[in-house]
Amino acid sequence: MHIVVCIKQVPDSAQIRVHPVTNTIMRQGVPTIINPYDLFSLEEALRLRDKFGGEVTVLTMGPPMAADSLRKALTIGADRAVLLTDRFFAGSDTLATSFALAQAIRKIGETFGAPDIVFAGKQTIDGDTAQVGPGVAKRLDLLQLTYVSAVSELDLEDKSITIERRSEGGVQILKTRLPCLITMLEGSNVVRRGRIEDALRAARADVVTWSAKDAGIDDLTKCGLRGSPTVVKRVFAPPPRAEKAAQIDLVTNKAPADMAEAMIVAMFAHTSSLEADMSKLAAGF
Amino acid sequence: MSDQKPAPAASGRSSMKKELPEKFRDYKHVWVFIEMERGVVHPVSFELLGEGRKLADKLGVELAGVVLGGPGEEIKHAAQESIAYGADLVYLVEHPTLVDYRNEPYSKALTDIVNAHKPEILLLGATTLGRDLAGSVATTLLTGLTADCTELNVDDDKSLAATRPTFGGSLLCTIYTLNFRPQMATIRPRVMRMPERVEGRQGRVVPYAPDLDETNIITKILRFLPDRDSNKSNLAFADVVVAGGMGLQNAENFQLVRNLAKTLGAEFGCSRPLVQKGWVPAERQIGQTGKTIRPKLYIAAGISGAIQHRVGVEGADLIVAINTDKNAPIFDFAHIGITTDAMRFLPALTEAFRRRLSPHSKDRLAG
Repeated sequence: MHIVVCIKQVPDSAQIRVHPVTNTIMRQGVPTIINPYDLFSLEEALRLRDKFGGEVTVLTMGPPMAADSLRKALTIGADRAVLLTDRFFAGSDTLATSFALAQAIRKIGETFGAPDIVFAGKQTIDGDTAQVGPGVAKRLDLLQLTYVSAVSELDLEDKSITIERRSEGGVQILKTRLPCLITMLEGSNVVRRGRIEDALRAARADVVTWSAKDAGIDDLTKCGLRGSPTVVKRVFAPPPRAEKAAQIDLVTNKAPADMAEAMIVAMFAHTSSLEADMSKLAAGF
Repeated sequence: MSDQKPAPAASGRSSMKKELPEKFRDYKHVWVFIEMERGVVHPVSFELLGEGRKLADKLGVELAGVVLGGPGEEIKHAAQESIAYGADLVYLVEHPTLVDYRNEPYSKALTDIVNAHKPEILLLGATTLGRDLAGSVATTLLTGLTADCTELNVDDDKSLAATRPTFGGSLLCTIYTLNFRPQMATIRPRVMRMPERVEGRQGRVVPYAPDLDETNIITKILRFLPDRDSNKSNLAFADVVVAGGMGLQNAENFQLVRNLAKTLGAEFGCSRPLVQKGWVPAERQIGQTGKTIRPKLYIAAGISGAIQHRVGVEGADLIVAINTDKNAPIFDFAHIGITTDAMRFLPALTEAFRRRLSPHSKDRLAG
C-alpha cells in the first residue's frame, strides 16, 4: 500500500507579531512548524502502514527551507519525502496550490507507485481555509472524506474503506472505494514520538526535490499568482471603535468589591434591559 | 488611518482586473446555498440570505436560494422559509440521492445548476458540510473561493469584496475574484446577523431536476449516529458569555471564569492559546477558528483581543474587558473596560453579581 500525506510548513501562529506602525507581519525569528492539523493525518497514515504494510510518502509545496518540515515528518516515521519548490508557485491561492499538489501526486504515483490513500490536513493554522484537501481530491478524482474521526475498516483486496466522519449533527459512517483523500479531525489520534532509528534515518535521508518541470507541470499559467483566481487587494488592521472602552475609575474604587459594584452599575447603565434579562438567566429561566 | 496602509504582500496585486471574459458576462444574481440536514435548515443559511439580500439590492439583481434534499414536504418547507428570510426565488433540487449529505451527489448537483443558471455570487455556510462542498464545487468550476469571510461588500465595479482574517488571524484582508465567476465565499455561523422573518413573503419556487443516479454514486452511508444533546454546548447562541485568556496564567485559575458563568447562568469560553495549551476543550474556543458568538453581554477576562478573537465576538451587544495591560487591543473594541488583574477581580465580580441577581436576596429585601 502506498499513502501520500500532504503537509505544510507554517509559522508558529502563537509567535506571530504585527508591526504596530506598518501593519506588516514581523517574520524574523518566528519559528516554523508542521501545520498541527497535518500531524493527525500523518499519524493515521503511519498507523495504516504499520498495520497493512507499505510506504508513506510526505509531500509539501513551499520554499527550499520547507525541507525542514519534511525531515521532521521522516523522524516521526514517514518513509519518503518530496519537496515541490519553484518560484513559479509563489503567490498561489488554494486553487493554484491544489493544481500543483495534484500534479506532484500524479508524478509520485508514476515514480513510486500509485497511492491508495492521500491524506491532507483538515485546514492550516495560517490560511485556515480547509479548501486544499477537497481541491486536490477533485483534481485527482479521488473520493473525498473530510473531518474523519476514525478509519474503522480498510480492505485492500476489495479496495474499500469504512470511516467515521463528523457532520453537523452527528457522525456519519461512510463506506467508499480506494483511492480516496482523507482529512483527519484534530484529536482523533495521538501523534507518536519518532523512534531513534527514524531520527537516524531522517538525518541521512535525501529529500526528493522537484521543480515544476520535474513534477511534470507544463502549464505554468495554472501556477502561482497567474493561476490564482483570487486576488488579495488589501491587508489591514481593523480600525478601533470610535471610542475606546469606558474605563472603570480605579481611584475611587480601590477594593475589588468596589470595582465590581462600579462595573455592574456601568453595565446596567449601558444596556437598560440587561438587569432584567440577567436576573431571569441567573434564576434559571 | 491604519486601514489605509496595505502591507507589502498586497502591493502590485490590485491592478489585475481585466475586462471580465466574455463567457462570464451573463453571470448574474446572488445565490445562497440552503443547507438542510435531516429536514432542518441550518440557521447559517438564513443569516446568509440576510447578507445576500444586501448584496443583491446593491447590485440590482435577484437573490436566490438553492436547496438540495430528498423528495418530500421538508424541502418544500425549506424553500418557503428561504423566501420568508429574503429570497426572491428558490431553486428546488429534489432527488433520492440527496436525502443525506454526501460529497459526490451534492457537488455534482450544485456544480450543474451553477453551470445551468450562472450566478455571479454563490455563498455557503462555513460548516463541515459547506466547507466540504464549497471546495469541491469551486475546484470543478475553476473559480475563486474565499473561506470564512467576516464581511462582504460590493465595490464600485460590482465585484464582490470578501474580507477575512489572515496570517493566523493577526490582520484582515480583502479578497476579490476578479476574472472568474461565480465569486464564491463561505461565512461561519453567527458571523452575520439573523434577518427578520417575514410571514407571507412571496417568491418563486423553481424546480431543477439533477442528473443523478444512485448506481453511479460510490460512497454509501452505512449509519448515522446523532449527537446526544447533552454533549452540545450552547456557546454560540448564549445570551451571556464569560471567557478567559492567557491573563489567567494557569489552568486552575480558569475555574474563576466557570464560577462567574455558573452564577450568571451563562456559557463559558476561552481564547485560542488556552485550547492550544490543553487547559480548555476546543469546543469552548471563541474566535475565528472557534465559535462566533452574538450574546447580549460578553465578559472577557485576561484576553488581549487579537483580531482572530475580535472577529468572533464583535456581534455582542455589550463587551466588557478585564485586562492588566491598558494598551491591550481588546480595549479598542470593548464598551466597558477595567485595567486590573482578572484573578483578583473575577471573584469580586462573581460575589457582587450573586448578591445583585439572586432572587433570595431580593426576597430578603422585600421581607
